[in-house]
Amino acid sequence: MIAILEIQDLHVSYRSSGGGLCPALTSVSFGLMPGEIMGVLGESGSGKSTLAGSLVRLLPANARITRGAVQFEGTDLLRANADELRQIRGRRISLIFQEPSLALHPTMRVGEQVRQVLAAHDSLGKGALNEQTRQVFDQVFPEEPDRISHSYPHQLSGGQRQRVLIAQAIACGPSVVIADEPTASLDPTTQMEILGVFRNLREKLGLAMIFITHNPALLCGFADRVLVLYAGKVAECGSAETVLASPRHPYTKALFHSIPTVFDRPGNTRKTKLPAILGDSARSLPIRGCPFEPRCTEKMDICKEREPAAVNLSASHTVSCFKYES
Amino acid sequence: MKVEATIGKNMQPLLRVENLVKRYAKQSLAGTPEEFLALDGVSFTVFPGTTLAVVGESGSGKSTLAACLACLESPTAGSIWFAGREIAKLEERASRQIRPQIQVIFQDPASSLNPRWSVMEVLAEPLILQRKFTREEIDRGISSLLERVGLSPDIVERSPTELSGGQRQRLAIARALALEPKLLILDEALSALDCSVQAQIANLLVELQGSLEMTYLFITHDLAMAAHLADEIAVMDRGRIVEQGQAQKILKQPEQETTRQLLAAVPRLTLVPPLLEQ
Amino acid sequence: MRYLLRRLGHALLLLAGVSVLTFLFTALAPGTYFDEMRMNPQIAPETIAALRAQYGLDKPLPLRYASWLSSLVHGEMGFSFAYNSPVAPLLLVRAGNTLLLTITSTLLAWAIALPLGTWSAERMGRLPDRLLSWGTAMLLVIPDLALALGLLVLAVRSGWFPTGGMASVGFETLSPFNKLRDVALHMILPVTALVLSTLPLLFRHVRAAIADILDAPFLLAALGHGIPKRTLLYRYALPAAANPLISLFGFSIGMLLSGSLLIEVVMSWPGLGPLLLEAILARDLYVVIGGILFSTFFLVGGNLFADLLLYWADPRIRTESNAQ
Repeated sequence: MIAILEIQDLHVSYRSSGGGLCPALTSVSFGLMPGEIMGVLGESGSGKSTLAGSLVRLLPANARITRGAVQFEGTDLLRANADELRQIRGRRISLIFQEPSLALHPTMRVGEQVRQVLAAHDSLGKGALNEQTRQVFDQVFPEEPDRISHSYPHQLSGGQRQRVLIAQAIACGPSVVIADEPTASLDPTTQMEILGVFRNLREKLGLAMIFITHNPALLCGFADRVLVLYAGKVAECGSAETVLASPRHPYTKALFHSIPTVFDRPGNTRKTKLPAILGDSARSLPIRGCPFEPRCTEKMDICKEREPAAVNLSASHTVSCFKYES
Repeated sequence: MKVEATIGKNMQPLLRVENLVKRYAKQSLAGTPEEFLALDGVSFTVFPGTTLAVVGESGSGKSTLAACLACLESPTAGSIWFAGREIAKLEERASRQIRPQIQVIFQDPASSLNPRWSVMEVLAEPLILQRKFTREEIDRGISSLLERVGLSPDIVERSPTELSGGQRQRLAIARALALEPKLLILDEALSALDCSVQAQIANLLVELQGSLEMTYLFITHDLAMAAHLADEIAVMDRGRIVEQGQAQKILKQPEQETTRQLLAAVPRLTLVPPLLEQ
Repeated sequence: MRYLLRRLGHALLLLAGVSVLTFLFTALAPGTYFDEMRMNPQIAPETIAALRAQYGLDKPLPLRYASWLSSLVHGEMGFSFAYNSPVAPLLLVRAGNTLLLTITSTLLAWAIALPLGTWSAERMGRLPDRLLSWGTAMLLVIPDLALALGLLVLAVRSGWFPTGGMASVGFETLSPFNKLRDVALHMILPVTALVLSTLPLLFRHVRAAIADILDAPFLLAALGHGIPKRTLLYRYALPAAANPLISLFGFSIGMLLSGSLLIEVVMSWPGLGPLLLEAILARDLYVVIGGILFSTFFLVGGNLFADLLLYWADPRIRTESNAQ
C-alpha cells in the first residue's frame, strides 16, 4: 500500500527572541496509510503540536521549516503556495484543535461555522449549502441536529463542542484528519464517547487520522500505529500492539510505568511511589548525544557521545536507542 | 489501613462536612426563576493525615465543594467543621486565622501565580505576611520550601511563566506549604499535567503526607489517580455523594451506576504486562 | 429584554438628572437676561420686575423647575427671552441640522475606520500600516479648530466648496434634487472636518481590537479549515472584536456631537452650536437648558443604540442578561 501522507526528514525550528534557532522537530519521517489511525505520543515540549501545525503549514510566525518534505496527493505541502494550501486545508486535510471552547467562534452559530467551511471549498448554491450542512449535522448529532446547529458555542457542553469541531473537520470529506489532543479537556466519559465518534467515522468514511496525545492509555484499542516523540525526535515507532504492549525505548517504557496501575493489579498498595521519570521535561537537553540520556536509567557511555540512529527491530517497529544496535 | 487506625484511636476528624447545600439562583431562557442545586446535602469526614478523593464529572458539584471548603463561596446551608470549629459561620477575623490552614492548589497554577513576580517573591510573600520572621529566616524558609518540593534553588530569579507545568505546580505547592496548612485541597491539581509529570507530583504529595502528616482533599475526574492517592473515595453526581468508601472497595465492588460508568471510562494501558521485572 | 429595559431606565434617569443639574448651574451662574436692561436708564425697574415676574424668574428654583417640567410636557421646554417664542420648536429645527451633520460624519467615519483598521491590523508592522499609524498620529495632535480653519482656508482659496451656511442664496427656488445637491455640497466641509477629527481615534481602536484577536485560536482553526482570508478578516475577526468597538460607537456619537457644536460655529452651520453659543452669551436661560438637554438626549440615545447593537451582536450577553 502507498502512504497517503508521507513525511520525510522534517526539521522545524523556532527563532528565539535572541535570534538563535531552537530545534523543535528533528528528522521526523513516517508515512500515513489510507484509513489508518496513527497515534503520536508525546509530552509537552516533545514537538507534537509543531508536528500537527507543520503538516499544513500553520505554525507561529517565528517557526521555520528548515528541511524535509510532506508529500500528499502528488504535492509537497512544504513547497505549496498559499492558495494551494488553502484549498487543501479543511477539504483534503482537516485539523481538530485542542481546546473546543477556544477553537470555535464565540458569536457565530455553530451551524454557520460548519457552513462556512463548506462554502470555503465548494461554490454551491445557498440551498445546496444548507442541505449539506444539515447532512453533516445529522451525521455528528443524530439526535437533535437542528437544535445544535442553531446554538452558539457557549450553549453547548464540552463534548458537543468537540463534536462540532469534528463536524467542521469532516464536512468536506477529507482523506486525512489531524487531531491535536482533541479530548484533553473533556471528562472521562465524554472522552470515551468522542473516541467512539472517531472510530465510527473511520469505519464509515475511511479517514486516515493522526491522533496526537500525551496519554498512552487513550491509544489502547484505538490507534493502529504509535509514534513516540521525545524532544522533537522519533524515539520509537511501530504497530500499536507492539509499542503499547512491549515498548522498547527506555523513555516509552518509563512513561508507561509512571501511570498508576491500581486497577489492573489487585492488592497493589496505594501511596507507594510511582516509578516516575526523574528530572524535568525536555528543557535541559544535552548538547550532544541522545536527548533522553540525562533522564535515562539504562544509559551507557556511548549515549553521551552521539545520537542513536533508528534501529529496525522488525519490519514495522523501529527504536532509536543504542541498546538495540548490534 | 490508615483509616481504621485513626478511627480506632478515636481521633478527632480534621474536617467534618454536614449536609452542605449550595444553591444558585438562575433564570431559564423563558425568564422564570430556576434554582440550581450545586451541592445537595453533602456530608463526609476526613481524618488527619489521610486523603479523601472526590471524583465526578464536571458539573457534579465537586468544584463548588472545593470553593465552599476554601471559604471562596459561602454555602447556602449546612456546616463545615474544621479542627473542631464551625468555619461556615465564622466572623471575618476568626476566619482569617483559619483560612491559612486550608490551602487550595488549582488545575492551572499559572492563573494564581502573579506573572510579574519572581519565584522568590511568590514564596516570600506568605512568609512576610506572617510577620514573625527576620530577613534571614525568610531566605532560609524559601530554600527549605524549594528543597521540600524538589525545585532547584537557581530558579528563584525566574518568573512563574518561565517554568514548566510541573515546576509551576511544585511552586504552587511550595507556596501553600509556606503557610503551614493542615489541609490541602487539590482541585484537579494533576489534570493538566503530562503523565510523567503527574507521577512526579503524585510522588511529591505522598512524600509530603508522610513527612508532614498532611491531609488531602483530592478533587479529580481521574479515578486511577484517585485510587492511587486516596484512602477513601467519594463519588459525586449532580450535587450528591452517591457512593463513598475505601478506595479499594470502590474500585472492586462499585455499587452505583455512576461509579461503574466512571470506572469504565478510565482509559487503561491493558496491553502492558505487569512491571515486576523493573 | 430585561437588559434593554434596564438600559432604558438608566437613560431616562440620566436625562432627568442632567435637567436638574443644568437648571441648578444656570441658576447659580451670575447674571440673567434682564441684567443688561437694568443698565438701560430708559427702562423702568418696575418694567423689568414685571418681565421677571412674567417669566417666573422671581419664583424659587424648585417651582421654576416644576413649571419648566409642565411646559416640557406641553412641548415647549420654556420660553426664549431673545426669540420671544417657545424653546422647543426653535431647538427642533436646529437639532435636526446638527443631527444631520453628526449622523453623516459618524457613519462616514466608521465606514472608513472599520475596513481601514482591519486592513491595517492584518499588515501590522509593514509599511502601509506604519504609514497609516504615523498619519493618524499626526491627525490626532492637530486641534479640531485648526483643522476646521485649515479646511476653510483651503475652500476659500480653491473655491470648490461653499465655505459656510447650509444653503445657497435662492435655495427655495431650486428643484428638490438640486436642493439635496446644494445641502450635500454645503455639508462637505463640516463633515470632512468632523470625520478627520475622529477618524484617527476610531482607526486606532479598530486596528488594536482586530490585532488583539488575530492570534485567537478560533481564527487559527478557521485558517486550518481553509477559510479564505477576506472571510476570515471581515466575517470572523471583525464580529469577534466588535464588543469594545460597539461601546466606542456610542461614545463616538457623543464625541462627534460636541465636535459638531464647535465646527458649526466656525463654519456657520445653523445647528445647535451657534444657537447655544448665542444663548449662553445672552443668558437666554431656557434655550441653554434646552440645548444642553437635547445634546444629552442625543448622547444617551447614541449609547442606548450601542447597547442595543451589543445585545444584538453578542449572544453571550443575551444569555447572561436572561440568566440574571
